[in-house]
Amino acid sequence: MLPLIRVIDVHKSFKNVHAVNGLSFRVKEGEFLALLGPNGAGKTTMVEMIEGIQHPDKGEIIIDGKKWGSDDDKIHHIIGLSLQETRFVDKLNVRETLALFASFYGLGRRRVDEVIEIIGLEEKRKSWVVNLSGGQRQRLALGIALLNQPKILLLDEPTTGLDPTARREVWNILVSLKKNSGTALILTTHYMEEAEQLCDYIIILDHGTILKEGTIGQLLQDEKDKNIVEFTLKNGGITDTNKLKGFPFPVKWDMASGKGSIELRNLGREIPEFINQLNSRNLQLNSFISRRISLDDLFITLTGRHLHE
Amino acid sequence: MNDSKKYNQLPTLLVSHLKEILREPGVLFWGILFPILMSLALGIAFTRKQDTLRKVAVLKGESNSNVREILKTYADSTGEDSYQLTIRNEKMGNTFMRFYMMEPDEAMVALKRGLVNVIVAENEGEIEYRFDPMNPDAQLNYLKLSKYFGKGENVVIENTANISPMTLRGTRYIDFLIPGLLAMGVMMSTMWGISYGIIEKRSKKLLRRMVATPMSKSSFLVSFMTIRMMMNFVEALLLVLFAWLVFHISIQGSIPALLTIFIAGNIGFSGLAFFISSRTTKTEIGNGLINVVVMPMMILSGIFFSYHNFPEGMIPFIRQLPLTLVADGMRSIFIEGAGFQQIMLPSVILFAGGIIFFTAGLKMFRWY
Repeated sequence: MLPLIRVIDVHKSFKNVHAVNGLSFRVKEGEFLALLGPNGAGKTTMVEMIEGIQHPDKGEIIIDGKKWGSDDDKIHHIIGLSLQETRFVDKLNVRETLALFASFYGLGRRRVDEVIEIIGLEEKRKSWVVNLSGGQRQRLALGIALLNQPKILLLDEPTTGLDPTARREVWNILVSLKKNSGTALILTTHYMEEAEQLCDYIIILDHGTILKEGTIGQLLQDEKDKNIVEFTLKNGGITDTNKLKGFPFPVKWDMASGKGSIELRNLGREIPEFINQLNSRNLQLNSFISRRISLDDLFITLTGRHLHE
Repeated sequence: MNDSKKYNQLPTLLVSHLKEILREPGVLFWGILFPILMSLALGIAFTRKQDTLRKVAVLKGESNSNVREILKTYADSTGEDSYQLTIRNEKMGNTFMRFYMMEPDEAMVALKRGLVNVIVAENEGEIEYRFDPMNPDAQLNYLKLSKYFGKGENVVIENTANISPMTLRGTRYIDFLIPGLLAMGVMMSTMWGISYGIIEKRSKKLLRRMVATPMSKSSFLVSFMTIRMMMNFVEALLLVLFAWLVFHISIQGSIPALLTIFIAGNIGFSGLAFFISSRTTKTEIGNGLINVVVMPMMILSGIFFSYHNFPEGMIPFIRQLPLTLVADGMRSIFIEGAGFQQIMLPSVILFAGGIIFFTAGLKMFRWY
């Protein structure tokens, strides 16, 4: 099966920034792909080039066998998208907003009502956009993207700024879309959880280049037996770093939260050793959490920075 | 998909724009109520004969005995150091001249503050008038005063025999004002409605979102302009209706010609508005640009007062401004009984100008 989207060695520069630096990837029908990276990684620029809003300086983007510049109208019909921070007309209601966009595709009332149901805004259909919550507005944007039953859905940070409940509501819509249609999705996000939960394939970007890519399993393959132990100490953490001289585990301290963290591969053997080492230095544990390594940890390992920095 | 009731693009766009405008309460006020209130205020201010109070400073001093003598004889004392001269006039309204006796310093302050605009001094029996010759009101005061004080004898209190007030329809100030207000309404509503509407949609990234669909760009722009013209028509109609009911103004010329110049004005200003808004992404910059275009015309185009008061050399230029073309065209139809012949040329200029600006705007238009 031919991939729906082929991105081949795409470059894009702005005044002083090489925003996208030789990216290549493919997306198949029904596949959900995440472009994961911090702000300024080049995610939005990449997606906007697929959307036809920006044009690559070099390289090719082929969408279902078509290219921007020669098949614009055809591509418009098969993609659906939501941009970062679009604000719709304040004083049109949900239904009117959807109807307006439906008219661009030559769709009718039935489809508008279907979409209202999909995005769960039945009770808000007559509410003005200005009176919707952030999550409801984001679901409306998603609904507009879904109107034409697109083969390809492009979502640029669809849940940024939403609270966890609202974020989950958006995810649920996407999960059921994945179950019920062959739509391919490219999603940009800086929430690793979002990429983990929704996407089959993840590309980790930084400064316009791919740091690492693969399925979640592949990405964490090398690190799969790594555990992160986060702890705090009694009496508000550690003020005398001399006390940790010769400590056998390298500790990363987060000064702001007073949290320390260490990486362990063999919990059973290493945890008692860790506690013994603390005790021998007269340091007492206050809290202690052990968890599996996540994409965020992987990102820190790769770049030394947090994803949402 | 078997959807029997499909949405058509252009009608849906039109309805959406209309709803967007009508749901904004400010629109009702600024578009409809404000011009009516303005015509009411100005119409009343300039049509009712009313009493005027003119204030003059008279320098205290040993030597100004002539002036003081005249005031003591003819004027009423209204306080310790002030006198009032009343000139009665049934036709024009009464004039009260109030004289304040002041020290030179005091008088200068009063002049700077605008409390008085003429200072009367007396220099060895000669009366001297001090005022800014550029200030028409001060000039008028001087003329009146010099008539009363003259050489210090004759005071003409009343002489209205040969004054005939112009109250004939078509010659009053309100007749001059209403067509101007109509023209100004077209300009303001179009410039703000279209420019601001487009820039706001661009800054909200809504334009960008819309062109990422198969939306027809021309339908979008046509709907914007159509709704604006429709709103302008309603606003104009209400203003004319109001002026007809309250001030009994009448349209002496051809109504189809009036509609023609109205439509041409709409097209001209729409093109201009579209051009201005073709690239800006910030509403603040949009505000500035709109003001740069609108303000000079508000001042120069003779909306409130005839532009013939401007220097001779500027008049040919002023006459070609779009707002002047619309205002003069409408005025000629309203009060001079003009028809198609008189408004043909300005209409063609406005129409062509609109198309040129629109085409240029479209060339550089930024959808993203």
